[in-house]
Amino acid sequence: MLTIKNLTVKFPSRFGDFTAIEDVDMTIKPGEIHGLVGESGAGKSTVGAAAIGLLQSPGYVSNGTLTLGDTDLRTLTLAQAHKVRGDRISMIFQDPQTSLNPLMTIEDQLIETIQAHSDVSVSAARKRAVYLLEEIGIKNAAQRIKAYPHQFSGGMRQRVVIALAVSTDPELIIADEPTTALDVAVQSQVLDLIQQLAKERQIAFMLITHDIGVIAQVADRVTVMRKGRVIETGNTAQVLGTPKHPYTQALMDAVPPLDRKIDRFRVPDVGDTVSTLGDFAENWLLEGQLHDLTGLSLKNLTVRFAGPRTSFFRKPPPYTALDDVTLNIKPGSIMGLVGESGSGKSTLAKTITGLITPSRGTMTLGDTALPFGKSRSRHHPSRQLVQMVFQDPYSSLNSRHQVGDILTEPLWFYGFVKDAKEREKLAVSMLSLVGMQPEVITKYPHQFSGGQRQRIAVARALLARPRFLICDEPTSALDVSIQAEILNLLKDLQTKFGLTILFISHNLAVVRQMADDTAVLRNGKIEEVGETHALYTAPKAEYTKSLLALTPVMPTYWQT
Amino acid sequence: MVYFILKRMVQSVFVMLAVAFLAFSLFRFVGDPITQMTGVETSVEDQERLREELGLNDPFIYQFARFTGDMLKGDFGFSYRTRQPVADMIASRIPATLELGVVALIISLLVGVPAGVYTALKPRGVLTQSILMTTLVGVSIPTFVIGIMLIFIFGVQLGWLPTFGRGGTVQIGAWESSLFAIDGWRALFLPAITLGVYQLTLTMRLVRAEMMEVMRSDYIRFAMARGVPMRSLHYKHALANTMVPVITIIGLQFGGVIAFSIVTESVFQWPGMGLLFLESIRFVDIPVMGVYLVVIAFFFVLVNLIVDLLYVAIDPRLRIRDVS
Amino acid sequence: MIAFVKKYEGLWLFVHSPAAMVAAVFAVVILWGAVFAPWIALVNPYDLASFSLFDGLLPPVWLDGANPKYLLGTDDQGRDMISSILYGARLSLVIGLSALAIAAVLGVGLGLAAGYYGGRFDAIVMRIADVQLALPAILTALLIDGIARGILPAAIQQDLRVAVLTLAIALSLWVNFARTARASTFVQMNKEYVQAAIIMGQHPLRVMFVHILPNILGPLLVIMTVDLASAILLEATLSFLGIGLPADSPSLGTLIRIGMQFLLSGEWWILWIPTVFLLVLVVSINILGDFLRDVFNPRLR
Repeated sequence: MLTIKNLTVKFPSRFGDFTAIEDVDMTIKPGEIHGLVGESGAGKSTVGAAAIGLLQSPGYVSNGTLTLGDTDLRTLTLAQAHKVRGDRISMIFQDPQTSLNPLMTIEDQLIETIQAHSDVSVSAARKRAVYLLEEIGIKNAAQRIKAYPHQFSGGMRQRVVIALAVSTDPELIIADEPTTALDVAVQSQVLDLIQQLAKERQIAFMLITHDIGVIAQVADRVTVMRKGRVIETGNTAQVLGTPKHPYTQALMDAVPPLDRKIDRFRVPDVGDTVSTLGDFAENWLLEGQLHDLTGLSLKNLTVRFAGPRTSFFRKPPPYTALDDVTLNIKPGSIMGLVGESGSGKSTLAKTITGLITPSRGTMTLGDTALPFGKSRSRHHPSRQLVQMVFQDPYSSLNSRHQVGDILTEPLWFYGFVKDAKEREKLAVSMLSLVGMQPEVITKYPHQFSGGQRQRIAVARALLARPRFLICDEPTSALDVSIQAEILNLLKDLQTKFGLTILFISHNLAVVRQMADDTAVLRNGKIEEVGETHALYTAPKAEYTKSLLALTPVMPTYWQT
Repeated sequence: MVYFILKRMVQSVFVMLAVAFLAFSLFRFVGDPITQMTGVETSVEDQERLREELGLNDPFIYQFARFTGDMLKGDFGFSYRTRQPVADMIASRIPATLELGVVALIISLLVGVPAGVYTALKPRGVLTQSILMTTLVGVSIPTFVIGIMLIFIFGVQLGWLPTFGRGGTVQIGAWESSLFAIDGWRALFLPAITLGVYQLTLTMRLVRAEMMEVMRSDYIRFAMARGVPMRSLHYKHALANTMVPVITIIGLQFGGVIAFSIVTESVFQWPGMGLLFLESIRFVDIPVMGVYLVVIAFFFVLVNLIVDLLYVAIDPRLRIRDVS
Repeated sequence: MIAFVKKYEGLWLFVHSPAAMVAAVFAVVILWGAVFAPWIALVNPYDLASFSLFDGLLPPVWLDGANPKYLLGTDDQGRDMISSILYGARLSLVIGLSALAIAAVLGVGLGLAAGYYGGRFDAIVMRIADVQLALPAILTALLIDGIARGILPAAIQQDLRVAVLTLAIALSLWVNFARTARASTFVQMNKEYVQAAIIMGQHPLRVMFVHILPNILGPLLVIMTVDLASAILLEATLSFLGIGLPADSPSLGTLIRIGMQFLLSGEWWILWIPTVFLLVLVVSINILGDFLRDVFNPRLR
């Protein structure tokens, strides 16, 4: 009963009007979970915001119709529109942490919302609120309701958010990336909850997400968007399994499967300029290191931090980030490290690179011992041999330095190339090796997209002639299609140059594609480690089994 | 939470000690107390004897400890200029400055906060633009210029209000107050406005900035998506969250109020601590200077401690430990 | 040309903001006047021989009894008002800018280091800042002045006036810089490019000044304009109180103090001309500061 036809939203700017979405059609029936999927910039959030009337100013609807049942949403006055919000349409956001007013108790926020839409007394409202929380799955609701938002864990908070949205009995809830910030197990529970609400209360959902697996698991129908336009729409199984539009096909090709390993992702040809520009860099890299493949060995590594001080007199108990971690990464192989947030993956990376000092254990790079952070001199060879590609392409490159300066920095710092012109030549060549044009040299990072920046980051890492590369969630911030390109790039480079890689990610499917061996990390402990195929097909640890079971994936039988 | 309060108190004590140390160093190293007190006729032996008696040859630490101990007992030494006990001099001036400061602060809050809220909620209105323009000028005018202008307009041209002094005061116990007589208020009016204007503009701009930031937050958007009534949204949700950081700044501003009172008191010849301090600077009356320092720091630290306690009372995140 | 202006977002906003442009014009005019004062002014207020009492108390040129040579009139000593305010602005700006520079170098340096090293060093710097904050700017400035008075022999006191004043103002401003630099540095320390540099083994000084500093300049620039205005106001206030520059080398504040004497007697120009001038100067700086703040914080637009 939500009908959108020819919806166009524009954002005026000093360069003229920017069209965020154009000619968008969509229908959602009562009780239907409708997935809205697309990469960044597709306009998915804009559709949701327009439907509920909460477009970020100065955006405005320039064309199209929005009807909810019999009501034409565009002709409502401000006051009427505000009444419709909550009453008939509601919305939930990505981050449960910031979605709740930190100063009010859950009870107050629920009662206020309930009373805003129905004429009930405070005690009646409270009863409804408690009942709602229990329905949502919060035990001991009568007591927990008196708590403040910060006293709930992330998953619970999102449930409270959902409870608040449902408390007004809306017909449609727009969910904008509701599970992106949650762990796999919690995500699974929240998705179950959404399905339950859709079925029992006949609430329709517009589920906006970039995660194809989530859509596959819960959505009845799906709309694929790209650059503000609708590409394809239809039943989930049909659109995802046998897509009609080439863009959707390419998108589905880029999704890493969980159940098997593919050699290379099928990415659309970007017009390969077979250039020899990259050969110079390639030879330079190869001349430095043909012989030694370097492995990394960690034994009984333990990292402890001081806990937060809560009492004046007692020293707080230490927080163990890594607990007796033993890991052996074979020379020339890729070791995948899988873990959820808070598992200690980043801590491990920082310990290896010397940012954090462990309290116990040993680290060995190749056949020499790796000193701990505080005692590692700034000139230690490992500083050059171990390089890292970071997660956030928007903060891993200094936005005030030119790309050329960023790339040549390792060259003069480690004394590889003395002459400035030679350095620049090498940098340009390396750019070509990672698939970027030479003109990039004089530009600044902010002029590039996330994927392009990651390529620059990889180039920088390579220009230090490393033997060991740590990739810390290198594609987590990238769109699926870009991710596929970068993963291909990493695979190619690893084969060519014999790098040993520690590939860290929370995404099981991605790790499966990249890693020869996989280790599963949880709360600082290694739950399981083993050859990738064996671990994924026949996991031994309970935790691994549950992770694999709860990760939302597209059923393979859809791809008939 | 207890830990937090204790930590803040320890910090406050530290600050006070540091300031006391500064004041004490002033005493010891700037000028010579003995020559100040005795004049030219006293013989060198007598001066030496006096030095010994007053314990000025004792080690630094002892003297500092004594100094601090004396202060805690309320003994602040004697002024070089007037030979009076500094404690009495300052005590007699405190009511004037405090009343001026508090009234100015109240004015600035009563006008500044609502103005800030209004300009945040209606960013494109005509009234908003004019208020913003006015505050821009308000921030740029030195306090003393405001004072002069007010004196000129209301005192000289219109002759409505007195231009100097405290006017009619009422003695309440040890406290000489301007608040209980019409004449007192007439005299207090112009100086309070002068002092308050600068604080007002600062408060207004701060409240506006914070509120605009808060209005953009996710929980406000979510509340709007739920259809929470706009009025409740603006005040219960947005303003409440805005006040949290604003309170800290207001606490800091109180220090500014006391400081700027020096200027205001100078312009209006208001017999407060600030004026006393100015005179003591002119005459290099070290004891008064030092004690003034300590008293000011004390007020400042006290206000900040109260602000911190308010913080804890308002923000549940500080009261109840994070369970996640 | 249009493309060029559009490219630099700041420039574009500037051209479209009438207030900012007007402010800039005023600021530049005053700056020029101040810099070239010795060449364009009629009278050197410091040179006792260049003016005489007989020219005293002349009103501005549009009132009766004026002397067309002195466009805005003269004060009681016979000094031309225009010259006085130009020299006064010169002094105010010199002191304000120097104090600002000292405060900036000191504050940013300490703030960067505190943010980078954290731990004990940070705690110490913050304690010192706390103490400094407990004593408001005017107080610190007055104190330094008083101490100088007490320590320095009377003979050189006059010569060191400017230096003492500058130092006093600088000491009251550095904390602002330090806190902002520190807070911004903390944010940058979590950014991955900083971690990348540290992992590489770069020297802390290089990380701080080559990597972090360029990224925290934004908020620092905003503070600089605000603090420049504060510095000028502070100097004016001190001079007005009689603690700053004396009458024979007057800054704008001193001129206002002199003018106060004539508040009731009718020679209003001696008071109001320097006052308005000071106001225009400070308002211009503040407008530019606000403008800069908006440029660096696009969300507030």
